[in-house]
Amino acid sequence: MYPSRFKYEAPKSIAEAIALLDAGKGDSKVLAGGQSLVPMLKLRFAFPDQLVDINNIPGLNYITFDADGTLRIGALTRHEDLEFSAEIAKRQPTIAAAAPLVADPIVRARGTFVGSICHADPQGDWAATMIALGGHLVVQGPKGKRTIDMKDFVLGPYATALNYNELAIEAVIPAPKGKAIGGYLKLERRVGDFATASVAVSLDMDGTKVLRAGIALAGVGGKTIDANEEASFLVGQTLTEANINKVAELVAAKSEPRTDHRGSSDYKRQIVRTFVKRILTANSAQKVA
Amino acid sequence: MSSLFEEIATPPSSDIPIRRVTITVNGEPRTADIEPRLLLADLLRQGLKLTGTHKGCDTTNCGACTVLFDGRPIKSCTMLAVQADGHSVKTVEGLASASELHPIQEGFKEKHGLQCGFCTPGMMLAATALLEKNLNPTEDEVRWALSGNLCRCTGYQNIVKAVLWAAEKMRAESN
Repeated sequence: MYPSRFKYEAPKSIAEAIALLDAGKGDSKVLAGGQSLVPMLKLRFAFPDQLVDINNIPGLNYITFDADGTLRIGALTRHEDLEFSAEIAKRQPTIAAAAPLVADPIVRARGTFVGSICHADPQGDWAATMIALGGHLVVQGPKGKRTIDMKDFVLGPYATALNYNELAIEAVIPAPKGKAIGGYLKLERRVGDFATASVAVSLDMDGTKVLRAGIALAGVGGKTIDANEEASFLVGQTLTEANINKVAELVAAKSEPRTDHRGSSDYKRQIVRTFVKRILTANSAQKVA
Repeated sequence: MSSLFEEIATPPSSDIPIRRVTITVNGEPRTADIEPRLLLADLLRQGLKLTGTHKGCDTTNCGACTVLFDGRPIKSCTMLAVQADGHSVKTVEGLASASELHPIQEGFKEKHGLQCGFCTPGMMLAATALLEKNLNPTEDEVRWALSGNLCRCTGYQNIVKAVLWAAEKMRAESN
């Protein structure tokens, strides 16, 4: 299998990349890690006239924390960089839990966090993680930069709010209001398979009290499911068994799983319910003060 | 039937320019004129005749085509050859020296880490990447590092033993 013909450009700067995308008039695709795009090119689900490879643009691979705790992830940061980051392990439990579950180790060595979000696969791990964390993307076009809230970014399967002449250059995760706790669980038939169901949970805590709660789901709907409204039930509460059960019910009801070869819709909804409970119960057992 | 490499080295009338790329393959610079859509696995196998890199699934699942790209393992069916311009690639042909096998290769021999051998090059390169980062992996860490490489024969048991054997040998050599 090999892709249909395309022009290949490897710009050395963000401005040059944007000019190429602009000139491409919507028939271009950005190539970052390529771990989703190249398979799609080979299957000819994607057949752009032009590929804009951003791997030669310097300064886009970084994981930084601002003084206030805001986390910034550059467009060329690979999944593996997050998986092995000591700072992420220490400060960002939801991302730390999700990173080792993305695809398989070899794909993680090449694929990128931001690219995965822009690919907008309904089963993508990072879109769900970003929605639970309340993150946003910084995108740059011919007229400059703008930010897009993650909850507004994914419009549907493989569809995003990114204009054809814009490049996503950075993902931003706001500083936690208190202590950040959370997790990510995914059920997959084998490593590298699409998720049967996965759940991202992110909470900011003041002692045992929840200050902010975010939950999002992948694999159980036509797009990433934003269950932040359901999660907000926990705000101001403590993580008692009753509260955990209640929010697990709300989130399970919010999921929209379809019966397929990975399981029935009831089964997938039960997985969602179980995963929400497991993550919250594990966290409630920790000392959060 | 003409090979993919021959076919796309002289494309029919097209406004897609041919690119000249120079890639350091197993330590030697290799130059090729290619169309941008050529995959790295196909350049290695058909252009450079390095057929040790295997194509199994061609869909980024099986890992048989794994090579090291600037030291990191990648699936060469999922990278364009043009992206490797100016970079270094190590294939299974680059593991052994003229006189001796790489410890990973010895390990596969000692522990019978292969049956049909199709997944073996990818397994060995993924294992090499692990041992370059961590010379003292646990069995779990070996299994985790190889979880992107599929084997249809062995049940993985002897592959894991082979990697642990190689790790031990490499530790002994580095002391």
